[in-house]
Amino acid sequence: MDEPIITFENVSKQYRLGMIGSTTLREDLQRLGARMRHKEDPTKKIGQSQMNQTLKIGDAFWALKDIDLEIGKGETLGIIGRNGAGKSTLLKLLCRITSPTTGTISYNGRIASMLEVGTGFHGELTGRENIYLNGAILGMSRKEIASKIDSIIEFSECGQFIDTPVKRYSSGMYVKLAFSVAAFLDAEIMIMDEVLAVGDVAFHKKCIDRMKELARQDHRTVLYVSHMLPTVSELCNRCIVMDHGHITYDGATADAISHYLENEANTATSIDYTESVVRRVPRRHAVQLLRASFEGKENTVFYDDEPIRIRLDYKFLEDSDGVSFRLDLKTPDGRPIGASYKEHFLSGKSGQEGSVVLKYDFPELAAGRYRTIFTFLFGSEGGAAIALEAREGLAFEKKFSSLLDAKWDAARLGSIRLPVPVVDMQNSGEG
Amino acid sequence: MKYETVITPKSGTRLSFRDLFRYRDLILLFVKRDFVVTYKQTILGPLWAIIQPLMTTLVFNVIFGNLAKLTKSDTMAAAADIVIPGFLFYLAGTICWSLFSQTVTKTANTFLSNTRIFGKVYFPRLIMPISSAVSNLIPFAIRFLMFIGFYLYFALTGGYGFHVSGYLILLPLLLLQLILMGMAFGLIVASVTTKYRDLIHLMDFGMQLWLYGTPVAYGLSMIPESYYPLYMLNPVTMVIVVFRYAFFGTGYFDIGYYGLSWAVTLLALTLGLVLFQKVERSVMDTI
Repeated sequence: MDEPIITFENVSKQYRLGMIGSTTLREDLQRLGARMRHKEDPTKKIGQSQMNQTLKIGDAFWALKDIDLEIGKGETLGIIGRNGAGKSTLLKLLCRITSPTTGTISYNGRIASMLEVGTGFHGELTGRENIYLNGAILGMSRKEIASKIDSIIEFSECGQFIDTPVKRYSSGMYVKLAFSVAAFLDAEIMIMDEVLAVGDVAFHKKCIDRMKELARQDHRTVLYVSHMLPTVSELCNRCIVMDHGHITYDGATADAISHYLENEANTATSIDYTESVVRRVPRRHAVQLLRASFEGKENTVFYDDEPIRIRLDYKFLEDSDGVSFRLDLKTPDGRPIGASYKEHFLSGKSGQEGSVVLKYDFPELAAGRYRTIFTFLFGSEGGAAIALEAREGLAFEKKFSSLLDAKWDAARLGSIRLPVPVVDMQNSGEG
Repeated sequence: MKYETVITPKSGTRLSFRDLFRYRDLILLFVKRDFVVTYKQTILGPLWAIIQPLMTTLVFNVIFGNLAKLTKSDTMAAAADIVIPGFLFYLAGTICWSLFSQTVTKTANTFLSNTRIFGKVYFPRLIMPISSAVSNLIPFAIRFLMFIGFYLYFALTGGYGFHVSGYLILLPLLLLQLILMGMAFGLIVASVTTKYRDLIHLMDFGMQLWLYGTPVAYGLSMIPESYYPLYMLNPVTMVIVVFRYAFFGTGYFDIGYYGLSWAVTLLALTLGLVLFQKVERSVMDTI
C-alpha cells in the first residue's frame, strides 16, 4: 500500500433512538415538567415504558463503533454490508455531512462526494446551467467547469438537448447528465454511494470504465458503496465488509465478497431478541419474544419429512388471555409463500415468562432456503387481529435426499409442491 | 504523517472564511438559479415583486396616513417648507421593511428547505443564507426602481419641496445593514427551529409585531422622545428613518442612535453565526 491518503482513527458515530427527528418546544417543556414532578414522561409513545428488555427510546445506538481504517492513494475500496451496517454513515462522516461522535478522520486533498447523482439539479434550468450549478455544489469553481464542459457534455450523450430545461429530459438522460458532472470532478478522493448503476447497460459500463481509468491513470482514490456486488468486484481492488457498525473483513475484493455472502446466508439455529432493536413498536405490545431456536437441531437444514420444531421463549408484558401465534413463510427475497396460525393458546399474567415448542410439518415445501416471520397476535385467522409482536424469525433450508424431489424448479413452479392427484377414473379406450 | 484536513467531533465549530471564499462561485450560481426559477413561466415576471409592496403602501397611506393621520408631523416640515406626499413616505418605509423581512424569512428556512441537498453533499452551509440574501436584492432592486419612478413623478409635478439630503451617501450602508440584520435574525431563527420546528409559526407572528414596532406604518414623531432609548434598540428603526431623511431632506438623525442600531445588528449577527455554526454540524442528525 502507498502512503495513506485517508485515515480513520477510532471513529464512532452515535445516534439516539427516537431522537432522530425534531421535537416541539411543547414536548420538551412537558418532559421537563414531568421530570420535576417525578412522573413518567407524557410524550413517550404508549408501550415504550414496557420495553425495558429491549432498547429504550433515547438510548444510544452506535451506527459506527471504533472504526480504524487506512486507505492508500490510488486504492479503489469497496464497502459492502447489509442495510444499516454503517456503510453510508461512514461515507457521510468523511464527506462532513454529519460529524463523528468520537475519533478523528484525516485526509489529504479534495473530496468529491457522490452520495447521489444530480444533487441540486433544478428542472427549470437547462442542461448546461445545471452542469455549472451541480459542479459548483460538488466543489468546482466556474473556471474549472468551463474548461471541462465540453468533455462533460460529450460524456453525457446529451449534446443535442444541452440548452433545453432538464425537466423535459427523459429520466435516463437526466441521470446520465448528472453522473457526467461527477465523473469529471477534479478531486483526489471520490466517494460514491450506489451511483454507478445509472442509465442503460452501455452507459453503466462507460461509468465503471471511467472510474477505473481515474483510479489507475490519475491515481485517484475511490470509495464505493454498493449492494450490486458485480460492480464492486469489477471496480475495486480492496473491499471491506461492514456489520453492525464494525468492519468484519478487510482484504481482496473476491475474498471479501465471499466472506459477506457466507455470512448473509443466515445459519443461526437460535436468535436472541433481547439484544436487538425493535424497528416498529406495535400499538399493543402485550407479549415479547425473548428467544427462538430450532429444538434439537445443530444446523438449519431439514431433510425430507423431518419436522421443524421451533422453541419460543416469551414474556407477557400485560395480562393476556388467548394469544395466537402466526408463522409466515417467505422466500429469501421476501416473497410470501404461506402462513400458519396457532390460535388462542397462550395466556399469562404480566411479567410471566414461558416457553413453547411448536412442531411444523411442511411436506409440500420444495427444496430451497426460507425465511420466517414470527408474530404474536390477538384475534384469529380471518377475524380482526392485533399484532402484539412481530419479528424476523429463524431461516432454514429444506433439502431432499432423492434426486427427483431435489430437482423441483421453485423459480418456475413455486415453492409448494401441491399434492399428487388421485386417479378417479381412467378410460384407456379400446385397444 | 501530516494531513491537510482533520475531522474531529469538535471540528466545524469555527467559521472558515477560506472555505466560504472557495465556494464563492456557488453563491452566484444559486442566485442565478433563484432568478431564473422565479421569473421563468410567469406572465408579469418581475412585476410581481412590486405589486405586494404597492398594495401595502396604498393601504398604509389610506388607513394610517389619511384616516388616522399618523404622519402629519412627519410629512409636513413647516419650517423648511417641505411637504412629503404620504404615498411616497410609506413607500420608502415599505420597501426597506420588505428587504429586511424577506431576508429574515428566507434565511430562517435555510435548513428546512434544503434538507435534501444538505443530506447529500457538503459545502459551507452558510453559502445558502448568503445566496438567498443576495437573491433578495433582485426584487428589492425592482422595488427601488419603482420608488425612484414615483419619487421623480412627485418631484417633477412640483409643489412639495422635498429634496435629497447629504445622508444619501449612507444609502449603501443602510442597505447592507438591512441585509445583515435580516440574515442575523434569520440565522437565529434557523438555528432554533431545527430543534423546535413549531417556532417557525411564531416567527410570522413576531415579524408582524415587529413591523408595528418600526416606523413603517407611522412616522417617528408619533413616538415621544423620552421613549427613544428603548425604541431605538430596534435596529430597523434608524435605517428607515435615515433612509427617509436621505430622500426627503427632512427628518431625524442622531449619530448615537445610528451607532446603536449598528451595534445591535452586529451583536445579533455574531449570535446568529455562532448558533448557526453550532447546529450546522449536527443538523442532519436532528432535522
